[in-house]
Amino acid sequence: MSGNGLSYGEQGGEAAPELAQEAATTTTPSAPAAFGLFSSDTKKNEDLKQMLESSKDSAKLDAMKRIVGMIAKGKNASELFPAVVKNVASKNIEIKKLVYVYLMRYAEEQQDLALLSISTFQRALKDPNQLIRASALRVLSSIRVPIIVPIMMLAIKEASSDLSPYVRKNAAHAIQKLYSLDPEQKEMLIEVIEKLLKDRSTLVAGSVVMAFEEVCPDRIDLIHKNYRKLCNLLVDVEEWGQVVIIHMLTRYARTQFVSPWKVGKDLEDHPNNFYESDEEQKEKDRKVKNIYTMDPDHRLLLRNTKPLLQSRNAAVVMAVAQLYWHLAPKSEASTVSKSLVRLLRSNREVQYIVLQNIATMSIQRKGMFEPYLKSFYVRSTDPTMIKTLKLEILTNLANEANISTLLREFQTYVKSQDKQFAAATIQAIGRCATNITEVTDTCLNGLVCLLSNRDEIVVAESVVVIKKLLQTQPAHHGEIIKHMAKLLDNITVPVARASILWLIGEYCERVPKIAPDVLRKTAKSFTTEDDLVKLQILNLGAKLYLTNSKQTKLLTQYVLNLGKYDQSYDIRDRTRFIRQLIVPNEKSGALSKYAKKIFLAQKPAPLLESPFKDRDHFQLGTLSHTLNSRATGYLELSNWPEVAPDPSVRNVDVAEPTKEWTGILGITKKEKPMEKFYSESEEEEDECTNTSSSKSESGSESEKEDKEESSSDESSGSSSSSEESSDSESDSKESTANKTSRAAAESVSEDNKKKAKGIFKKRSTSSSSDTEPTSSEESSPDSKSESDSKSDSESEKSGSATSSKKEEKLVQDRKASNRKDVFLLDLDDFCPVTTPVAVPIAAVLSPSSTADLEGLSLSNSSVIDVTTQISVPTETHELLHRMSGKGLAAHYHFSRQPSIFGDHMVSVQVTVTNTTDQKIENIHIKEKKLPPGMRVHEFNPIEYLEPAGSITVSMGIDFCDSTQMASFQLCTKDDHFNVNIQPPVGELLLPVTMSEKDFKKEQGMLTGMNETSATIAVAPQNSTRLVIIERVVKAANLGVVPSGQDNIHRFAAKTVHSGSLMLVTVELKEGSTAQLVINTEKTVIGSVLLRELKPVLSQG
Amino acid sequence: MIHSLFLINASGDIFLEKHWKSVVSRSVCDYFFEAQERASEAENVPPVIPTPHHYLLSVYRHKIFFVAVIQSEVPPLFVIEFLHRVVDTFQDYFGSTNVGDQLPTGQLSVVPWRRTGVKYTNNEAYFDVIEEIDAIIDKSGSTITAEIQGVIDACVKLTGMPDLTLSFMNPRLLDDVSFHPCVRFKRWESERILSFIPPDGNFRLLSYHVSAQNLVAIPVYVKHNISFRDSSSLGRFEITVGPKQTMGKTVEGVMVTSQMPKGVLNMTLTPSQGTHIFDPVTKLLSWDVGKINPQKLPSLKGSMTLQAGTSKPDENPTINLQFKIQQLAISGLKVNRLDMYGEKYKPFKGIKYMTKAGKFQVRT
Repeated sequence: MSGNGLSYGEQGGEAAPELAQEAATTTTPSAPAAFGLFSSDTKKNEDLKQMLESSKDSAKLDAMKRIVGMIAKGKNASELFPAVVKNVASKNIEIKKLVYVYLMRYAEEQQDLALLSISTFQRALKDPNQLIRASALRVLSSIRVPIIVPIMMLAIKEASSDLSPYVRKNAAHAIQKLYSLDPEQKEMLIEVIEKLLKDRSTLVAGSVVMAFEEVCPDRIDLIHKNYRKLCNLLVDVEEWGQVVIIHMLTRYARTQFVSPWKVGKDLEDHPNNFYESDEEQKEKDRKVKNIYTMDPDHRLLLRNTKPLLQSRNAAVVMAVAQLYWHLAPKSEASTVSKSLVRLLRSNREVQYIVLQNIATMSIQRKGMFEPYLKSFYVRSTDPTMIKTLKLEILTNLANEANISTLLREFQTYVKSQDKQFAAATIQAIGRCATNITEVTDTCLNGLVCLLSNRDEIVVAESVVVIKKLLQTQPAHHGEIIKHMAKLLDNITVPVARASILWLIGEYCERVPKIAPDVLRKTAKSFTTEDDLVKLQILNLGAKLYLTNSKQTKLLTQYVLNLGKYDQSYDIRDRTRFIRQLIVPNEKSGALSKYAKKIFLAQKPAPLLESPFKDRDHFQLGTLSHTLNSRATGYLELSNWPEVAPDPSVRNVDVAEPTKEWTGILGITKKEKPMEKFYSESEEEEDECTNTSSSKSESGSESEKEDKEESSSDESSGSSSSSEESSDSESDSKESTANKTSRAAAESVSEDNKKKAKGIFKKRSTSSSSDTEPTSSEESSPDSKSESDSKSDSESEKSGSATSSKKEEKLVQDRKASNRKDVFLLDLDDFCPVTTPVAVPIAAVLSPSSTADLEGLSLSNSSVIDVTTQISVPTETHELLHRMSGKGLAAHYHFSRQPSIFGDHMVSVQVTVTNTTDQKIENIHIKEKKLPPGMRVHEFNPIEYLEPAGSITVSMGIDFCDSTQMASFQLCTKDDHFNVNIQPPVGELLLPVTMSEKDFKKEQGMLTGMNETSATIAVAPQNSTRLVIIERVVKAANLGVVPSGQDNIHRFAAKTVHSGSLMLVTVELKEGSTAQLVINTEKTVIGSVLLRELKPVLSQG
Repeated sequence: MIHSLFLINASGDIFLEKHWKSVVSRSVCDYFFEAQERASEAENVPPVIPTPHHYLLSVYRHKIFFVAVIQSEVPPLFVIEFLHRVVDTFQDYFGSTNVGDQLPTGQLSVVPWRRTGVKYTNNEAYFDVIEEIDAIIDKSGSTITAEIQGVIDACVKLTGMPDLTLSFMNPRLLDDVSFHPCVRFKRWESERILSFIPPDGNFRLLSYHVSAQNLVAIPVYVKHNISFRDSSSLGRFEITVGPKQTMGKTVEGVMVTSQMPKGVLNMTLTPSQGTHIFDPVTKLLSWDVGKINPQKLPSLKGSMTLQAGTSKPDENPTINLQFKIQQLAISGLKVNRLDMYGEKYKPFKGIKYMTKAGKFQVRT
């Protein structure tokens, strides 16, 4: 901030020369001179008043600047209140802002006068400019005058349904302020919180959760319905809001989900590679029949917070880290290590907090940070508090493998000029010595060497640590104790002297010659010793008296006499106690007989343990954790429930049965096109600006993220499961395929997210229409402003006019979008109400299906449930052989992800490899020869490919639900090659999740023509559930449907193009046969699929 | 959350205060002063101090303590990070030469980090890839630990709402990254491309970390011979700095500092180039070397006078090194291309690379 004095001075120079002068004279160079500007004093108040009366805004502004400056300097400017408050209605926004600042500071002191300003705010609350409305609310709620509580309450209520999300955000902020002013308002405020929690704007989310945490953190029930929304919005919420939401959701999750830890205990040993171990764990569980499946909502939270580890905000990273610590399966906790280590490059304060948390973590789960051991090495320039924390962590991480490296490192630290740190290092060595028995001797020897160190602090600390070590290692004593006895002549640090004396006393029988001599010497110096040392001299005397009274009786009595008249009552007290105990006389009772036992009892060795042990009973990342004591307002993290509470509470009310069921349906229907309109417009937008969507709204990214996560989970999951299987595929092939599939997983579908979003919108609108029946016209601008912040300003200007126009357009659009609509929904969750293709409308209104709906919506949050096994085929197909491609080779494989290029497309990953020794330039697709209806979305041209380079790109192909080939030319700068892709029928599907009940119902409607079946022989090793599922899912992209019967396995998918259902049933029969049934409208694909599935199960 | 904020300067004056809720008396800072007294140095003042009714969370920057008063549980990093942002903002505001007369106006933009209606006559976008090497080198010259901390700082002055994409030749190098909120995370995950609508002006686009597990090239070495003798009150001091893995680039801006042990009274040294200072009070030796010429390696030789009668220091001093290498990112990171969408004009684009020493220590 150097140079600011100058710059600010210049600025001040224009406005008020005399002030600038003052600034120059009164401030020292080291203090920021800029603030000298503010150093006006009370004498000038008169002219300030005049300036405020002035008709010129510039004078008023100058006056206000100076007044605010006075406030900042902590000077009393309250007498100016009347003069200032008059300007509250000023037209000049600059003046207004400063008056607001003033009011916030002094209104509490001058309540009556403050009331004068209230009407101005009330007016401003209705201002057409959202910024003014917001700031009026902000100031109004900051004026701590109890009389206006009702006005504030009203203002908050109104603002909470303001069209501008910014104003609603401020309403959320005002809630906390009102609550702190008048806690009586709690109930009413909770109502507002409840309403704002439903808000879908990312602007509001963080602020309202903050209000929730402050006002009613125990009302977990308010979160249920908003849980999924909050998870999905999280990525797009501003960073401070993210921190608050993550902490709240951590607490929430601990009340709602069952522990993922119990089953995973045996897996703690390999925390790396968590994907695999997680899957393995799942496998095992299935075998053990102790099935732990993570609640999809639990998974959703973990998945959606993970990208935030990349935040630039340390608080966000820490929040995610603690969330993983408290919620993730233990095998996944190490996900956060790398990011935490990254924070260590940050400011000292950030380092301090992060290191503390790492210290706590590293005690329980060494594995998390072991790979980063060297990142905790101490630099001579680190502040002491950072050094000691790093040392703490290094000690926690010490194990047999790294201890020798660590001890070498510690040797450097012991020599540090920072003696406090050197002493801490000695303690650390002591701890390593007790924890790792292999090095105990080495450490002890090292410490003994330190006894001859020149620095007394080092020696003293060594003595203390050696004392502790000897206690745990009773074999060594003799020599070391002798050595230490010699030290007594030189060492002056009381703790060290006391430690030596204690040692000699404790093991006096092992050094019978030296001990009495030591007592003799110390008896001489008794009076000059520190209290601590005196107590130990007494102690030594007593022990010697009991073991060697011949030599020491007199000495001990002498010492006891000295102690009797000591100044410290502690010592007098101890002397009396010891005398009674060891010197037998008629008064002393039975106790003295046991004196020896009392004094020379085996003492338990002290535990050398970390101060961070057990600190994790505080939620990590909290103030309480840092202080290791409960801070005011700390909210306890509850233990996992034994049985998870009903997860359906988190379902959003689309299927909530109500009396007016049909009525609601009507509303939903009526509104559907509207939401459709938005999601469609987004779709269009995304399509046209696909590669670099300049308009791409941030609002959608969260969903993208979570899809992505899930897919990568799945792909790796499948790889591990196929490893376990008896599959004969070679390892290398598998791993490459896996790689590509992972790459594929990375470039996952946007349209998926669009759908999710569409659904989500539909739900929330209908839910709001449920609670507060508004006309669709009203809700339309509302949802518009949220779905797309761009339109905020528009909605400002032309509120209902545009919206009604849109409404009209919507109606027109409705018909056109109908078909898509269907598609939109059944991908997301299989929901009969909105799938007229699959279910006749009549069924919608039947009571049974409404009941079904409730059950169905359980899985509505995730399109493809993570828990379903979805296998990504490990094989790649050749697109272009390098021989025929003049050195250019291409392979493709199906990533089984919904394509990012369009709803109807199958996504294909093409890996292009350059096997020549020259660059290949401009690789692209041309000359598509496609059957009618088929479409190909090409990959973006590859500019060039280095020799031996390889690149994977994704393209989308709409096969129109047929197995016809897609032919095209793969071109380079100079050449072109005809290639074609023919999809296996199993890749024309997308898995869907549904319940057994729905499966049966759907199956019931797809009989007759729509059913194909075959009886097949099943190889005996293929007859277990796991193998069947694995094999079938590998062969075709099907979703697993839970089955109540052991011998029947069901799978469901829908075709990519038309979205027709594809239901597969495998029923095991007697004598190694099975009935394979496929129900689908698409009979051609059905029979092809049947043919393909047959060998899958029959082959061994 | 934060109840009040106090700014305290080096001489212990509270020169600015701000209260968000009711006013908290300045006297709460007494607890802070107590803690400050207990800590020998400013940087050892604990960032979190509990008092009977409040908690004081502070950050120390530019020789100023920013002390936030908290009343109840809050994630401490939330406050600390926030305070640092406040300081950044102050620095931005007061640091520039033309502090606007206008108070900053609140803006609600579609893109929260970018103001609307930006206009420039010269449209330009500059990116600096800056890498710092943190390393500890042991006595024998072998690397104990070395990691690279990189950032891409941008200065973007572009009209309108430009949408930029920045791609790398070797994005795999970027192991652990954190982004400015403007970066589309999704795009990075799938394509390893940085796609963003930039804020206006200077900002940090990205920081990354190449961890100790990777091999890091060490561009310089230090040969040293520092010895104290028990009998004599003279010690020998000799260091030479030379280039190691510099990828053919010149190492410049070399600066050697070392905290000498307390027992060293004075040093008589001759540098082969550059200037050196030894401060007998703080015992800090600094040698401004400048450029390293591989043909004639810079060295600093001479003797140390030790306090008579005391024993020789236990520890040899640690040498801290600073240096700069222009036009090189030591990790090998290279920007492939920068494209702009959404606006019609052609901007001027520039990329600069630089490698610097971060916390670079040589133990002797």
